Amino acid sequence: MNAPNKSGWKPGTPVEGHNAVSGPDTVTGNRALMLEEPLIFEIAGNDSTGVDLPEPAGGTNRLGGMERSAPIGLPGLSEPETVRHYTRLSRQNYAIDLGLFPLGSCTMKHNPRLNEKVARMPGFADVHPLQPVDTVRGALEVINELAHWLIELTGMHGVAMSPKAGAHGELCGILCIRAALEARGDAREVILVPESAHGTNPATAAFAGYRVEDIPATKDGRVDLEALKARLGPDVAGVMITNPNTCGLFERDMKAISDAVHAAGGFVYCDGANFNAIVGKVRPGDLGVDAMHINLHKTFSTPHGGGGPGSGPVVLSEALSPYAPLPYTARTEDGVVHLIEEEGAEAFSQEHFGGSMASFGRMTAFHGQMGMFTRALTYILSHGADGLRQVAEDAVLNANYILRSLEDVLHAPFGESGPCMHEALFGDKGFADGLSTLDLAKELIDEGFHPMTMYFPLVVHGAMLVEPTETESKAALDQFIAALRSVAERAKEGDESLKTAPHYAPRRRLDETLAARKPVLTWSDPNLV
Amino acid sequence: MRYLPLTDADRGEMLSRIGASSIDDLFVDVPQEARLDGPIAGLPLYASEMAVEKHMRRLSKKNLAAADAAFFCGAGAYRHHVPASVDHIIQRGEFLTAYTPYQPEIAQGTLQMLFEFQSQVARLYGCAVANASMYDGSTACWEAVAMAGRVTKKKRVVLSGALHPHYAEVVKTMAKFTEDEIAGASPSLTPSPDVDGLISRIDERTSCVVVQYPDILGRLTDLQQIADAAHGKGALLIVVNTEPVALGAVTSPGEQGADIVVGEGQSIGVGLQFGGPYLGLFAVRDPKHVRQMPGRLCGETVDASGKRGFVLTLSTREQHIRREKATSNICTNSGLCALAFSVHMTLLGEKGLRALAAENHRLACLAADRLARVPGVSVLNDSFFNEFTLRLGTDAREVVRKLTGDDILAGVSLGRLFPNHSDLADGLLVAVTETTSEEDVETLASALEGVLA
Amino acid sequence: MARYFTEEHEWIDVEGDTATVGITDYAQEQLGDIVFVELPEVGATVDKGKDAAVVESVKAASDVYAPISGEVVETNASLDDDPSLVNSSPEDDGWFFKLTIADKGQLDGLMDQAAYKSFCDGL
Repeated sequence: MNAPNKSGWKPGTPVEGHNAVSGPDTVTGNRALMLEEPLIFEIAGNDSTGVDLPEPAGGTNRLGGMERSAPIGLPGLSEPETVRHYTRLSRQNYAIDLGLFPLGSCTMKHNPRLNEKVARMPGFADVHPLQPVDTVRGALEVINELAHWLIELTGMHGVAMSPKAGAHGELCGILCIRAALEARGDAREVILVPESAHGTNPATAAFAGYRVEDIPATKDGRVDLEALKARLGPDVAGVMITNPNTCGLFERDMKAISDAVHAAGGFVYCDGANFNAIVGKVRPGDLGVDAMHINLHKTFSTPHGGGGPGSGPVVLSEALSPYAPLPYTARTEDGVVHLIEEEGAEAFSQEHFGGSMASFGRMTAFHGQMGMFTRALTYILSHGADGLRQVAEDAVLNANYILRSLEDVLHAPFGESGPCMHEALFGDKGFADGLSTLDLAKELIDEGFHPMTMYFPLVVHGAMLVEPTETESKAALDQFIAALRSVAERAKEGDESLKTAPHYAPRRRLDETLAARKPVLTWSDPNLV
Repeated sequence: MRYLPLTDADRGEMLSRIGASSIDDLFVDVPQEARLDGPIAGLPLYASEMAVEKHMRRLSKKNLAAADAAFFCGAGAYRHHVPASVDHIIQRGEFLTAYTPYQPEIAQGTLQMLFEFQSQVARLYGCAVANASMYDGSTACWEAVAMAGRVTKKKRVVLSGALHPHYAEVVKTMAKFTEDEIAGASPSLTPSPDVDGLISRIDERTSCVVVQYPDILGRLTDLQQIADAAHGKGALLIVVNTEPVALGAVTSPGEQGADIVVGEGQSIGVGLQFGGPYLGLFAVRDPKHVRQMPGRLCGETVDASGKRGFVLTLSTREQHIRREKATSNICTNSGLCALAFSVHMTLLGEKGLRALAAENHRLACLAADRLARVPGVSVLNDSFFNEFTLRLGTDAREVVRKLTGDDILAGVSLGRLFPNHSDLADGLLVAVTETTSEEDVETLASALEGVLA
Repeated sequence: MARYFTEEHEWIDVEGDTATVGITDYAQEQLGDIVFVELPEVGATVDKGKDAAVVESVKAASDVYAPISGEVVETNASLDDDPSLVNSSPEDDGWFFKLTIADKGQLDGLMDQAAYKSFCDGL
């Protein structure tokens, strides 16, 4: 933390009486610890390897005449070279482990290392998905125990565990809705989605064969209940609502929305991306939600890993639970956890559910993201019911602290609408001509922070969505606030240097137009081109 | 609470800056009747690191880990030795705790890795372009089918009977909602795949033909003749590969005319993990199809000072921009698994992958010969790489169950994979990799001799 | 030859029974650097007011609507290699497609150069 010490000196700035000096260019292009790294294709040969294996013997084979003769063209490196290559690359990344990562809607919270340790226990890491069930009772118990927590925390009836990520979970929920409607012979065509929704919502509804229509919002950033009611009718299969929504606000009318949708014969899908703001404080099931995916990598701290893997279990209401995808797990009264696959699904349904199960099918091979289930369950057990409640409270407290500490210098479009939930939303109103949210974000990089989510939600001009999460200390928040305040002031004053930011990152701004106009998506040997 | 840095003093100070008298004031928008007034009853409370670890270790001990058994399971998930440095690198916080590289100036590590990954996958598959990965092989397979529909503007999908049944089920499930017509087929226990039968099902309305290579029974076949037949009817050939190590020994699908090659990348760098997270691979042979691809793509460019750098590109295909007109609703990729794959593939290199493939095939041949000598057992396949089908003359499910008592995981029974095909019930899929010892093979052979006697 | 404009910022040059369609300088300015143009297939029939092409910048994809109905007879192949023509020469070399005019009556109500200029000034 480079906060000033008592004498006013900050780490990284010259001690009084000494001048900062910049050095000459270097031969290597490196700058001490900032190391340039070529592509593996440029440093490796086709004959190097970092593994010990016997030389192929040749001779006969049983490859059916398909044996390969031409080279594949894969570069290889020894272990020390490999470790160095990827370690050097890693140092060009920003990460939660390095500092505050306030990406709104993405929930970049600390990833506890106990999760990693547990996921690597041989009984979890070294188990095949199609081993006989008697040899994987512990894995099934993990799935069932996590499922129990998710059901209790959301106040729902059932949960589909197999979806691989949030968007896959959305698809699962929408397919459950479609299956439930079709089961009652009620084909409907339209899913209503607010303009402020994540892009995955309309994409999912379209993928499931629905037409997407907008739900209007009110001036204070919430769903317009009256307009929604006016649109509901026999053609509307359901609504997809994010709660807390992407403006960082709780949908106060959620119960009334659900009641109206149900009265019109539709279902309510809730995008659970922001469940971390309310976990332990309110249960979506109590608000009439029929389906909601839970991003285990958001609320329950599994690592984001540079873009994935995620995991998106979907909690379901009683009306939708029968349609959940295969496979699923169920605990019977004798305490045994069963794995229900295609084989035996019908018999199990007859024996334990009165024949009511009518799965819409299978969404993926195997059983879902087990490696994420172990991590999420570890996190949940660590916090417990009381700790999870504290998680939501601290997440909301941290976001409101940022909102109220900066609303005098940054335009907060819904600042008057009351407290925010886990994220604070600002717009670019008041910036000097020619300076944009992008410029501010890039300058934050120079200040040592990952920028916030930019230009989302679409309903606010130059949107900046700041989500600090509960794992930031007050000191870290104060430093971020000071940095953002300074950069915002410079944006309003018209400081032109923002337009060339970042100045101190491993790369300056990258030419995305060139990348898209002349796509270079794989390496090719310049000597052969 | 060890993961929560705020102290009560901090909380008090922050509330007063906000102008709220209590935390509850911040939840005023939640209707009073919906608010929980305390921790949900009946659930455990906060627990120490030591206590949680103990609980989870107890659950993990209820599973039979592959390393503690004579292990022969495959069918789309394979046990290979993963070098220690792979796990070290994926646990570096700069990779583990980074997000999708939306700010390329401070994400060059992830981006360069993805560019290298795409290049490795494209070469392995014999294709022009690979994306930055999908959830897993089965979902990548469906995405390929959906893409073929966009490219050909046709909706009839021909599935090989020897496609992994889970993959076929995923395609059939999704097709119910997209109104694609699925022409599926039952697998048959023949020494070689029925290529003529497959080709005869391709017609002018066909958008794509989906073939697995090596197929679910472990068999190999020349793909070029299927590609030619598909192209003759204006259809695309989609080839599914669930064992990328095989491509170190056999000709790639792209080189044989496959238009879209998808598969499961788990074998390289990613452990078994009871089925996930895994790594969907997705590549196209013809670069003009790139704009119809699902998922993220990383591309090369330059920065404002002229240095080479990498960015996510062609994003207008994706949901965050195109919304309901996107090529897919996918948002994540399987980034950390892609990193593991890329690191492991770099350690292998051309030389290592070929040696690994050769060793797998050598051991599989030895195992097939030994197991064929068990009375009552025959090997179905004319050709295979590291996995083949045994016929046991009795329900293989029962045999597999019995052998677990001796810590033998004998393979995957076809009865489990194809529950409604009694004609397949005596089939057992046996996978052999470099982690399988000759003692393991002998253990399995002796045990089969005992059970089948 | 007459040039017409639409409120969707397209221009149409009419020559005999054939119309050439592109987007205006104002539109390219709003869209920023164009990276890709998806054109209709030759022989396709387009309907007035419906999607006919897509123009993409790095962060946005915008539909281009057919200003009138007709059959596409030619598309601008140069845009495949060099989509930046839409930025550098939107109302000339950066044209999108040519179509046969199904109904000349549909041209009624479109704007001329002067009307379009005052329309843009009012935005």
